[in-house]
Amino acid sequence: MSAQIPAVRSTEQLREKWMKPEVITGSEILLRSLVLEGVECVFGYPGGAVLYIYDALYGFKDFHHLLTRHEQGAIHAADGYARASGKVGVCIATSGPGATNTVTGIATAFMDSVPLVVITGNVVSSLIGTDAFQEADITGITMPITKHSYLVRSVEELPRVIHEAFHIANTGRKGPVLIDIPKDVSADKTLFEPVQSINLRGYNPKVVPNQHQLEKVAAAIKEAERPVILAGGGVVYSGGHEELLEFVTRTEIPITTTLLGLGAFPSGNPLWMGMPGMHGTYTANQAIQNSDLLINIGARFDDRVTGRLDGFATHAKVVHIDIDPAEIGKNVKTDIPVVGDVKTVLELLNPLVSRSDKADAWRSQISQWMADKPYKYKDSDTVLKPQWVIELLNDTTKGEAIVTTDVGQHQMWAAQYYKFNQPRSWITSGGLGTMGFGFPSAIGAQMAHPDRLVISINGDGGMQMCAQELAICAINNIPVKVVVINNQVLGMVRQWQELIYENRYSHIDLAGSPDFVKLAEAYGVKGLRASNKEEAKQAWKEAMETPGPVLVEFVVSKEENVYPMVTQGSTIDQMLMGDCE
Amino acid sequence: MTTTMTSHTIAVLVNDQPGVLQRVSGLFGRRGFNIESITVGQSEEEGLSRMVIVTQGDDKTLEQIEKQLYKLIDVIKVVNLSSKPMVARELALIKVKSEPAERPEIMGVVETFRAAVVDIGTNSMIVQVVGDTEKIDAMIELLHPYGIRELSRTGVTAMIRGNA
Repeated sequence: MSAQIPAVRSTEQLREKWMKPEVITGSEILLRSLVLEGVECVFGYPGGAVLYIYDALYGFKDFHHLLTRHEQGAIHAADGYARASGKVGVCIATSGPGATNTVTGIATAFMDSVPLVVITGNVVSSLIGTDAFQEADITGITMPITKHSYLVRSVEELPRVIHEAFHIANTGRKGPVLIDIPKDVSADKTLFEPVQSINLRGYNPKVVPNQHQLEKVAAAIKEAERPVILAGGGVVYSGGHEELLEFVTRTEIPITTTLLGLGAFPSGNPLWMGMPGMHGTYTANQAIQNSDLLINIGARFDDRVTGRLDGFATHAKVVHIDIDPAEIGKNVKTDIPVVGDVKTVLELLNPLVSRSDKADAWRSQISQWMADKPYKYKDSDTVLKPQWVIELLNDTTKGEAIVTTDVGQHQMWAAQYYKFNQPRSWITSGGLGTMGFGFPSAIGAQMAHPDRLVISINGDGGMQMCAQELAICAINNIPVKVVVINNQVLGMVRQWQELIYENRYSHIDLAGSPDFVKLAEAYGVKGLRASNKEEAKQAWKEAMETPGPVLVEFVVSKEENVYPMVTQGSTIDQMLMGDCE
Repeated sequence: MTTTMTSHTIAVLVNDQPGVLQRVSGLFGRRGFNIESITVGQSEEEGLSRMVIVTQGDDKTLEQIEKQLYKLIDVIKVVNLSSKPMVARELALIKVKSEPAERPEIMGVVETFRAAVVDIGTNSMIVQVVGDTEKIDAMIELLHPYGIRELSRTGVTAMIRGNA
């Protein structure tokens, strides 16, 4: 049952091997090009339109191919791989239903700026447009959720298209790129010569910022009495976390990191205020609302962060640093726009900035808020509290694990109570909020980091959206520790129905869920269950000591809510504090 | 920055790729930008097409439209034509009912507008008119009483005046 998890390896020698010009099929061109792009691992699912590609994959050993049990599993795994590694994630699906099954995953990656190359097969060119068997216009369907897409019309253009796709996916503001390959193109032959150059006239991401704008930022910092940094996923994606730490160390400006920015800044640092927004800390939200200078570094002012826009940071001069110029001014009026790569911007900005005494009173105010209003919950000795479970995971792993989550209450508790200290160790669907993402993305993350501990935290709802991928863990011995926080309901929906829809609990009862322990065992994965603290400690200890994949179900309190909470239509300082009061 | 809704004419130079019109028009649709008219055809350079889009919006919307257009890989250049003096033209073909007795009267309108009659049937004629949007609106209004059977307008194409 257990092939060892394949080791990720250097592709230098493989590059040598595949560089020689040769007449080969489109399918072979695809595989060689993927190797030349440095691909180590591909997630996919075969079908009629990609049979030539899978034929070429027969016995192909120069990258790993993992056969998932659903295309949604494949694309979320590719996404998790990309987020954990910083490389491009690759997914292969067949035409029609195979391709459309990837749509949710493409949209997820698009919203969170994750570099993916999605390869779909299509019916033979002559049948395109005839409503042929398993035909879908996947380039048309995915146009709004891809950074770019290609429908390849001849085998000759395939090498260029693949090279461009990787370049586009992983430069500028990153994102998914789709390559749709008709079946005849994957069968046709041509002379393959690896493409070395890129010629995309309309695509020149601005990496280096305008120096004059940086000087304006430095001057604003010098004058500010209540400055705040809001850092987002852009810090992680640009690899600018060390520069961010230096920026904060130099300026001593209090910092909050968005959901996707968790891990971009060490949580133990006294200037870190936690996460802002809907379920953010009291301190982060008060700090933003009372700031006179708000420095946004690689975040996009999502509505879950800003709350009601007309009441957001109304006293602040706004600096917005982003590689995507379209984000600047899109939601929040910006006073000092800085277009550029976060890492490059901070490298150039750091020498210009220093600590200002003018903000001393502000710093003490923030420390006071942090001391007065931390995240809090009412613990219990009779029922298991989900927050306590997250603390257990945090304590036993010392914040060193890679954590992926699904979407809902458990996601917010994980964001609140797990303490992240390094980038790319927190993988979650932020923008799209995709249930079913948590577990398969952990498989991808584990493929990227075979030697690290990967924990996937899921609710009982989301776990059932991609549970079939337990097979992948078992068959490849991928040692993900799968956590199911089971409260028997759709918890976040329940919370909204309680707080906003006057306790009208409409269709949230997940009665009929499988016995998760037996479900795991049915797939050949060890399953454990805990319903109180003692059992929880024991089960988690056993999970950690067991090599290979383990599913641990924590049966928790059903009524628990995520606090604090900013309801929709409120400004972010109008928070329901709940147990945090 | 004002928040007045005004008409803007934007020229977008794009790679002549299949689906590029869908990418551009789809972007307008899903981001809630308005399209009053859109025309597309060859540009001065082989492999590139020029789209001319007339849109309504305030300055903030216009800024977003330009920025979002630049995010499309196939978009090479975006120019806000209406920010400078420009020449804007559209063409209309108007099939108007015309019994032989009415023809001289209609011809009078056509000549005044420097339009042309490009087809005459037994009881209808096709009038071709080129000009800015207002001129074509006026022409249509004048021909309306005779009975317009069919009307086809191209949408605006435009250029900045002079050497710019």
